[in-house]
Amino acid sequence: MILTELPSRTPAIVDAVEDHGPQDNIARRLRELGFVNGEEVEVVAKGPLGAEPLLVQVGFTRFALRRSEAARVRLRNGAAS
Amino acid sequence: MSAAEASTLRLALVGNPNCGKTALFNQLTGSRQKVANYAGVTVERKEGRLHSSASGRSYAVLDLPGAYSLHAASLDEAVTRDVCRGFYPGEPAPDVLVCVVDATNLRLHLRFALEVRELGKPMILAVNMMDAALRRGIAIDLAALERELGVPVVETIAVKHGGARALVERIDAVAAQPHEPRTHLAEGADLHAETRRLLSLAVAMPTRTAKIDDALDRWLLHPVFGLLALIVVMFLIFQAVYAWATPMMDMIEAGTGWLGEQAGGLLPEGPLNSLLVDGIIGGLGGVVVFLPQILILFAFILALEESGYLPRAAFLLDRMMASAGLSGRSFIPLLSSFACAIPGIMATRSIQDPRDRLATILVAPLMTCSARLPVYALLIGAFVPDEKVGIFNQQGLVLFGLYAAGIASALLVSWVMKKWRRDKGEHALLLELPSYRIPHPRDLLIGLYERAMIFLKRVGGIILALTILLWFLLNFPAPPEGAMGPAIDYSFAGRIGHAMAVFFAPLGFNWQICIALIPGLAAREVAVASLATIYALSAADDDAAIQALTPVISDGWSLATALSLLVWFIYAPMCISTLATIKRETNSWKQMGFATFYLFALAYLASLVTYQVAKALGAG
Repeated sequence: MILTELPSRTPAIVDAVEDHGPQDNIARRLRELGFVNGEEVEVVAKGPLGAEPLLVQVGFTRFALRRSEAARVRLRNGAAS
Repeated sequence: MSAAEASTLRLALVGNPNCGKTALFNQLTGSRQKVANYAGVTVERKEGRLHSSASGRSYAVLDLPGAYSLHAASLDEAVTRDVCRGFYPGEPAPDVLVCVVDATNLRLHLRFALEVRELGKPMILAVNMMDAALRRGIAIDLAALERELGVPVVETIAVKHGGARALVERIDAVAAQPHEPRTHLAEGADLHAETRRLLSLAVAMPTRTAKIDDALDRWLLHPVFGLLALIVVMFLIFQAVYAWATPMMDMIEAGTGWLGEQAGGLLPEGPLNSLLVDGIIGGLGGVVVFLPQILILFAFILALEESGYLPRAAFLLDRMMASAGLSGRSFIPLLSSFACAIPGIMATRSIQDPRDRLATILVAPLMTCSARLPVYALLIGAFVPDEKVGIFNQQGLVLFGLYAAGIASALLVSWVMKKWRRDKGEHALLLELPSYRIPHPRDLLIGLYERAMIFLKRVGGIILALTILLWFLLNFPAPPEGAMGPAIDYSFAGRIGHAMAVFFAPLGFNWQICIALIPGLAAREVAVASLATIYALSAADDDAAIQALTPVISDGWSLATALSLLVWFIYAPMCISTLATIKRETNSWKQMGFATFYLFALAYLASLVTYQVAKALGAG
């Protein structure tokens, strides 16, 4: 499952961030911000138009991600504990 | 050692965005700050002085731009990286790095602190916002953190008086001892794993988020209530910039008028008198008159930014703005541009992405600013009948149409720029929504003072110089003895106006309009007063000028000419203050030239089409 498919207010665990193309700076930045294997994430809100952007809780921080950015985040299968 | 003591030690504050670094900087340096740009870029450079009363030492403190990583993704972050490493041209390497982290956001901030530690420089970790952490029941074992990190760790509360005392003591201690550069981790070590290890050893966190943030976000980011709240906030800002500033601006105008009279009385009539009164005092007044709007707008923007609401507004609006090639953060600068493009363009500093910022700056002049209203009022009053169409007033509809045309053009222009851009790369939003905070009055006041000084120092000079140049064109040469027409007709500006008439004839502009466009360069609303002068009417103020002019132009001009001039003013790049601000904020003559050219081209084409179509339809 990828982050854009995750329903709101459902905790999940990050598997990995996938590069979209070579030298994907956005993917690297996502990893730096804490989207790394084993980290818990949750979609806490969605933008008013087209459910974009997504507001994602990771670690102790909330980030607004456009759907194209969130699509790089692959989640582990199965619900979080 | 004496050489080291003689030279001031340099500290640099480094940390993630939203770690309270600037508040800590204000706490350390008070009002002893200098704001400028880093050499060659438009990234803001803030330096201040810290005097330690305990040791008697004084330090130069640099507040580096916030960064998530030393692997820079933006110009700001690149500056931070290069200054920290001592590579930035013209910037001496800092002697001690003070890495600031937010005690409530250590999962993110400690990772960056580890990255900074690996630079091997003398470093102190300042765990900031300990008051907020305490309130949320977060327990941080600073001694354990210090032991594991191997650098001094100290708690700070940037918004509390004396909240940085412990930090200053540690700075004195670090400055007094020699440092051996060393790295702590193996090359390529997993900083996330190390961060998790530190957190499990030293930090106990009852909940991942603050309850108050959750509650506020549930309402303020709600698709319906969130947007409603945003509309209320926007309305308040717009109202304040538009209405509250007006009395102050009137006072400034009256004040400069009075000053001009006093000064004019002291000198004999003649060119020197005119230079002083109309050129210098009038020019200075023309600069200062923007201050009320700038201060009010920035008071709101700073408060919204500090409180954490501004990124939320960007969250709500991002989708809408992105479809036009802008970002959520473009909205407030564009909204402010309805009052005046100058504070609007200065407000684009809150847009981090340089491409989005440039696009916003370039379309800001298309928002119908308040200075265009006298021109619209004159033309609509003279040519549009005061009748009802259904429940709407026809004059009101035309005015609304002019505003709507400005907005539509701005969206179209930014969309076209997005399509034409060579850089097709995806630009990230990746926007952090920080915890809500109550802004500290000290930080707001320092921020406001900085904005005012930036405007007066950097933009004021250009505006003043151009106003004096314009004064010269309008007053020289003087009309010959016994001349009949208005003096402006004989001046350089008058000659330029007559020459321009050929070029503007296809737009339906007569020579009187062409001349009035020249003083309109200083400020668009001056065009009305100038028209009155050219038609040799005496009028005390804009309202009187509109009244006196209305019969003259409704008889003298065709409807096609009036429509064409209305359309011209939607686009007209004829405000030198705006152009000066664009030059300063982009640091580029090229961008200013581009803005001038495209606005002029749009104005010319749109007016040409309007005039020719109206004439073909029998309005000529």
